[in-house]
Amino acid sequence: MEFAELIRTPRVDNVVLHRPFYPAVEGTLCLTGHHLILSSRQDNTEELWLLHSNIDAIDKRFVGPLGTIIIKCKDFRIIQLDIPGMEECLNIASSIEALSTLDSITLMYPFFYRPMFEVIEDGWHSFLPEQEFEFYSSATSEWRLSYVNKEFAVCPSYSPIVIVPKSIDDEALRKVATFRHGGRFPVLSYYHKKNGMVIMRSGQPLTGTNGRRCKEDEKLINATLRAGKRGYIIDTRSLTVAQQARAKGGGFEQEAHYPQWRRIHKSIERYHILQESLIKLVEACNDQTHNMDRWLSKLEASNWLTHIKEILTTACLAAQCIDREGASILIHGTEGTDSTLQVTSLAQIILEPRSRTIRGFEALIEREWLQAGHPFQQRCAQSAYCNSRQKWESPVFLLFLDCVWQILRQFPCSFEFNENFLIMLFEHAYASQFGTFLGNNESERCKLKLQQKTMSLWSWVNRPSELSKFTSPLFEANNLVIWPSVAPQSLHLWEGIFLRWNRSSKYLDEAYEEMVNIIEHNKELQAKVNILRRQLAELETEDGMQESP
Amino acid sequence: MEHIRTPKVENVRLVDRISSKKAALGTLYLTATHVIFVENAPDTRKETWILHSQISTIEKQATTATGCPLLIRCKNFQLLQLIVPQERDCHDVYISLIRLAKPVKYEELYCFSFNPKLDKEEREQGWMLIELSEEYKRMGLPDDYWQLSDVNRDYRVCDSYPTELFVPKSATAHIILGSSKFRSRRRFPALSYYYKDNHASICRSSQPLSGFSARCLEDEQMLQAIRKANPGSDFIYVVDTRPKLNAMANRAAGKGYENEDNYSNIKFQFIGIENIHVMRNSLQKMLEVCELKSPSMSDFLWGLENSGWLRHIKAIMDAGIFIAKAVSEEGASVLVHCSDGWDRTAQVCSVASLLLDPHYRTLKGFMVLIEKDWISFGHKFNHRYGNLDGDPKEISPIIDQFIECVWQLMEQFPCAFEFNERFLIHIQHHIYSCQFGNFLCNSQKERQELKIQERTYSLWAHLWKNRADYMNPLFRADHSQTRGILRLPTTPCNFMYKFWSGMYNRFEKGLQPRQSVTDYLMAVKEETQQLEEELEALEERLEKIQKVQLNHTKVKSKPSEPSKHSGFSTSDNSTANTPQDYSGNMKSFPSRSPSQGDEDSALILTQDNLKSSDPDLSANSDQESGVEDLSCRSPSGGDCVPSEDSAKDRDSDEAVFLTA
Repeated sequence: MEFAELIRTPRVDNVVLHRPFYPAVEGTLCLTGHHLILSSRQDNTEELWLLHSNIDAIDKRFVGPLGTIIIKCKDFRIIQLDIPGMEECLNIASSIEALSTLDSITLMYPFFYRPMFEVIEDGWHSFLPEQEFEFYSSATSEWRLSYVNKEFAVCPSYSPIVIVPKSIDDEALRKVATFRHGGRFPVLSYYHKKNGMVIMRSGQPLTGTNGRRCKEDEKLINATLRAGKRGYIIDTRSLTVAQQARAKGGGFEQEAHYPQWRRIHKSIERYHILQESLIKLVEACNDQTHNMDRWLSKLEASNWLTHIKEILTTACLAAQCIDREGASILIHGTEGTDSTLQVTSLAQIILEPRSRTIRGFEALIEREWLQAGHPFQQRCAQSAYCNSRQKWESPVFLLFLDCVWQILRQFPCSFEFNENFLIMLFEHAYASQFGTFLGNNESERCKLKLQQKTMSLWSWVNRPSELSKFTSPLFEANNLVIWPSVAPQSLHLWEGIFLRWNRSSKYLDEAYEEMVNIIEHNKELQAKVNILRRQLAELETEDGMQESP
Repeated sequence: MEHIRTPKVENVRLVDRISSKKAALGTLYLTATHVIFVENAPDTRKETWILHSQISTIEKQATTATGCPLLIRCKNFQLLQLIVPQERDCHDVYISLIRLAKPVKYEELYCFSFNPKLDKEEREQGWMLIELSEEYKRMGLPDDYWQLSDVNRDYRVCDSYPTELFVPKSATAHIILGSSKFRSRRRFPALSYYYKDNHASICRSSQPLSGFSARCLEDEQMLQAIRKANPGSDFIYVVDTRPKLNAMANRAAGKGYENEDNYSNIKFQFIGIENIHVMRNSLQKMLEVCELKSPSMSDFLWGLENSGWLRHIKAIMDAGIFIAKAVSEEGASVLVHCSDGWDRTAQVCSVASLLLDPHYRTLKGFMVLIEKDWISFGHKFNHRYGNLDGDPKEISPIIDQFIECVWQLMEQFPCAFEFNERFLIHIQHHIYSCQFGNFLCNSQKERQELKIQERTYSLWAHLWKNRADYMNPLFRADHSQTRGILRLPTTPCNFMYKFWSGMYNRFEKGLQPRQSVTDYLMAVKEETQQLEEELEALEERLEKIQKVQLNHTKVKSKPSEPSKHSGFSTSDNSTANTPQDYSGNMKSFPSRSPSQGDEDSALILTQDNLKSSDPDLSANSDQESGVEDLSCRSPSGGDCVPSEDSAKDRDSDEAVFLTA
């Protein structure tokens, strides 16, 4: 298919662009296969380049011959284009609609994008499971890499290489896979070096109504416990939901069959409930008319912060089991691809200082989200403005990023990255020139040959020029476990994401700049003083030598 | 002393607010000025000191098997829950505190016994730090339009006004006197702020006694005079900060508001800020939300909304923004009043001044602002903040609201203020503490009669001495944000106004950010200054040596002392950071493994540590600021060594999630 077929009008002159906090810009609107471009053809005015895949919904309306298209983006921005001529306007609108809803992944921009920067390090090879395993293998010999999923035959949503208990062979893993939802047998998510406790994750056990059990599953899980130790199974569903799952063949671990384990149910919402929460929240943030009380009640009614609190609380509980109780844990919900990953990854932010560095956080996203099979393609297909409610969209990843932001806000000096890093990840998960977040799992990414055909986000981000934008000047390595507060007073609306387009950030940006200046100036002085000290020391030894010939 | 029925009760438990299962065992002492709780734990003997004047309410709850619970709520939002083993003791403590918290004479207040060991001269200098006459000079007064009036000499006209006031030149004593008779409590229109760039002014008064039809020629002339004092504008705004309905109701009592028909060239405007009773109830409701044991997100947001608190804050801000705009953009003068002109009027005039003039956003300028709009113009501190026993219906958090408005602005303009959040919190604390004389009484006149300046110390001098603690590291005098007017967005940004947990939950350290950017940056700046000095010294020495070497003279110099830069590692000030109760209601594990060592989860509370540098705020160290009365000596005996605020709480290191 040619994009030209979809572009009914490639160019319109005298289009006026309206954005909040910017003066209106008049210019020429161009449509290409992947971008909407507005150029004023004046040297000093910035052009607008918008990826079609960033467009969530459009509205059009007409006043006489003047058409207006309101474009609502997945990053929550809303822009308005005034287009002279009804026909042009209709053509542009239908072209945008078609181009922003392409159903073939291979037509997406990452397959066409040619980077203009020099690739220093190929991001596709930056975080290989083997390398990650090396971090653990120095500390423990109880775990091994398994290639049982090499052809994605055992579990289609796992990566080809997973970490499992050394004492469990691949044959047993195959059997366990048949007992777990989606073939997602328990694998290692995190190893707490301090006390050897672990976080494992999996899909729900397929116990069904007649209480099916699987000896290999029990053996695998017990194999992770040290002698005399006990563990916790954190089920991210309420007990009722977990019980209902049995009717559909799912279920939960019976304590009789797993006597060394204590099960805890925590309720984290899923799918459309989260999606509706996001829609309501963004609606409240965009509504400028209501008075003070309406704002708070709308914020409350969206339940967004309630979800944040639930997720963070569960992650803290998991971390507490590991670090304070000295107990290993297994986490799962139903599929083990959403709330499970929120909890395992946030627990690592709390427990593991490395995951609070830029590199470590990227590795965490690779391990716990991409390789762990979070279905990005499905979850991020639409954002807060989409009317057609499909079943699979859900801001699971955004909630995770929001939770990280909440912790960062409470521990501003313990993270190597700043808020912009999290915002950048949110943007690329929904619309990107890079292939990193395409597909739903490693198997799909393999079939799409993303490594050969697209550029990795990490190739771009990890260049010094980009990294400097995402590095927090406040960072001081903190080797401790950080326990965030989950009280409502401590949780805040993430303004950097949700009010980003509704308020001017000028003064806050200036404050950030001032902060950077203060710290930079200090570093420069430090360097200067060190040089002078050295010079002085040299001169003085020379002096001494001359004195005593 | 005669009010203390029992000076000491042993085996009292101080209950932890967050996890009620935890309680510290200790001894409770009552002194003439403080309630003191000293923990038994031998290694810490942590002390909690509460000034009697901070006590807002004392509640004796039903006796349980463990003892008799006593709940003490403080005006600085601290909450203390004690369990006294014997009912009788509890009753004695309760009765004593009820009396101690409500002194009947000014002489009973802490400031009359507080002695920071300064000599007479230092004390007098302290009172001279803030001079209002200097401030009016800074505004450019007197000038061709405004003059200092002595009409209120010896408080002859209005006993709640200061003696020195600026009025329009054309307002004769006759006009002022006439106008004062037509205004509630004779609070005639006087200058609050003068915007010398365009001669527009902010004036303040009380409501006119207009009733349904009364008028007063002199009052009309007074407003005329204010208009004439601003040649650039042919009208003035008259802003009534009350809701219209309240103002109308006042007419029936012979009070009311200006009739536009009677006054030439005024634009009359209502701005609905609610009265002191609504504000008191609103705060009460919000504090109930803050007190909830483990509220859900909905409980909290719903309760916050229901309290209406942020709506009231926004109303005050909106009024301030309106006036600042009228003055700076329209060049029009504004007369502001409410009923008596000492609550809402003070709030609104000071918010507008703060928006208009960068000077008020500096440390000293802010003290001047409070001195001018609040202290000198007779804001009734004694009644509003219940320093002496009085009518509880007079109590209302009026200046608290103003302080919060400033904080809300600081959040929007992080570089615009010379001072930081701690400065605001400490001022709030001392408005209630009665440790300094500044906020005593209801008017300047009363303060003079009490000879406050001779008998007490000034807070401003104390804050100024410790100003290093109150600096905003992001402030730069030459920054564009610092200069000129603070312009807020025109769209109704409700989301701009946020709950201030740093104030209302400030004693629950666990709810606050664990690392303070402000303190971190202050440490960096301090080090930068040291580096600059060292750099200069090094350069000098280097130059000397090079010169000497050039001359082939041999001079021996001592090797430089390598000064170590330990960085700003926040980690040496460790305060236990422990997990909260994350579990909700979970079954407990049959045999729990012992909790892990606590050393590595200890965490960094820079904020805490720096905070304790101001002794009068950390709840337990008021003793350091010196108390003459012997009964106030630290009950731990011997010298009053300030106990570490950050003292480790042994219990808290235990994982608590299983115990619920």
